[in-house]
Amino acid sequence: MSIATRRRREVRDAILLVAPFLIIFGVFFLYPTYKVIALSFTDAPLIGEGNWIGLDNYIKLFSDRLFYTSVWNNFYFVLLTVIPTTIIALLIALAVGKLKGRMQALVLTLFFLPYVLPVSVVTMIWAWMLDFQFGILQPLIEAVTGKPVPVFKNPYWVMPMIAVVTIWWTNGFNVLLFIAGLRNIPDDLYEAAALDGATAWQRFWRVTWPLLWPITALVLTLQLILQLKLFDQVYLLSNGGPFNSSYVVLMQMYREAFQLNNGGYASAIAMVLFGIIVIVSVLQFQLLRIGGRRK
Amino acid sequence: MTAKQGRNIAFSALVLIAAAIWIFPLYWALTTSLRSENRIVSDAGVWIDELNFSAYIEVLSTSKLPIWYLNSVGTSLIITVIVLITGMMCAYALSQLRFPGRRLLYLVVVASFMVPVPALYVAQFVLMSDLGLVNSWWGIILPQLIVPVVVIVYKQFFDAIPKEMREAVLLDGGGEFTLLFKLYLPLNWGITAALAIITFISAWNNFFWPFLVVTSESMMTIPVGITQVNDSFGVFYARMMALALLAAAPVIIGYLIFQKRVTEAVMISAGVKG
Repeated sequence: MSIATRRRREVRDAILLVAPFLIIFGVFFLYPTYKVIALSFTDAPLIGEGNWIGLDNYIKLFSDRLFYTSVWNNFYFVLLTVIPTTIIALLIALAVGKLKGRMQALVLTLFFLPYVLPVSVVTMIWAWMLDFQFGILQPLIEAVTGKPVPVFKNPYWVMPMIAVVTIWWTNGFNVLLFIAGLRNIPDDLYEAAALDGATAWQRFWRVTWPLLWPITALVLTLQLILQLKLFDQVYLLSNGGPFNSSYVVLMQMYREAFQLNNGGYASAIAMVLFGIIVIVSVLQFQLLRIGGRRK
Repeated sequence: MTAKQGRNIAFSALVLIAAAIWIFPLYWALTTSLRSENRIVSDAGVWIDELNFSAYIEVLSTSKLPIWYLNSVGTSLIITVIVLITGMMCAYALSQLRFPGRRLLYLVVVASFMVPVPALYVAQFVLMSDLGLVNSWWGIILPQLIVPVVVIVYKQFFDAIPKEMREAVLLDGGGEFTLLFKLYLPLNWGITAALAIITFISAWNNFFWPFLVVTSESMMTIPVGITQVNDSFGVFYARMMALALLAAAPVIIGYLIFQKRVTEAVMISAGVKG
């Protein structure tokens, strides 16, 4: 077989192998990506043609007070979830790492299990736990506030409670990442530190924390991006209310597109969310790199 | 030594209690689902003291749960199979063959991680509507076939296979497809199983997209369907919890059986995103 034939066959086989993925990727990912950009410059309804209106959607969006509420709520939710879940997951991982054998497997299973549940199952269970009349957690709330609170109908409680539910649901994923990171730290480093007379506290801050930093940075970044995409829990628990106190960007996109029939405007909202996620993750990446270098 | 052992046992017990508190909502759902409705609102002990299956029977006989199971199993299976086969083939070409546009394709796949998928839902919905696929299995399936992580993970595993093995098969007259399905795939059954399970679970659990593309109750998947029953049941707590647990049962059982694979897949795919 000549080199030329062989080369031609290689290219032909490559095309055959890549084609199925590329067709699906092109039609259901690249084309919608282009389409959502194009739609954001039109006044199109959800289904049907629209006219080119330039930047009008964006101009309207940036003077839309509800949009600022949504963005604010998104960042409030990020504040309530990202760092708390990272700390909780790290503590759990450190504790689980100290256990041995079956005990360790059992505890890890219990902490990870909520992560595999469908979101609507999670929200149903928590709606029942926090039920205004019969919720088993209401006595706890009553102990703090003096009276039961309908948490998902109260503008002050709604976001923190959705954050609690979300952390409970997704935390197992972060625990796993931290456990993987902890296993990669060689034991002799701890032994050497112990020989030098380092206390457990010193061992954590001088050995564990700096060596674990890449994983911590990964967890923070993934969580940040994930929590900015908040929709399901809000839709199912509070539907954006009360008084828009849990209204978030994807909620607004959903309402505009599927209830108010404004496909073009909804696309502009989607584009801004895309922009926010790109900017925030680039910023965070830079910050985390600096944080990593200083150690 | 005994003091240290004692401290270890105390520590283990403490962690176990924390884990038990963590899983309590699920346990409480189970307890509630096994009680009669009027007991739930009158007295509520924490222990399972009644084995009343009427809520389960009620849910299974009055809701469309069996049809939603079928829809969820069907769509999730098809998604898993297509994602794995197309991803594996593409990864093989990226890893082992030289062809024009290879670097560009790889870059586009990696860059696609940046795009928040829900931002595309409006455009994907319009596309599904143009194709006449709203309220159908394919409408649920097609946009969920984009799982670039699978390509990257397979590529990394294929990259690690020594070239000599490949030369041997080529000398025997085998082609690229023989190589992929007779050599590369069998060497990677472990990671294939892990990717399959995690793809299946995330397809099964997807709420937002099926919620948008399906409006007719008989086409709904489990996570969307159960929210409908929720509205019609109102204050029947035992039934709601029975419903939630029946909806979660397949993923819980699947996770308990394939635990090792699930954790492996989660770790690998997260590593790729980082």
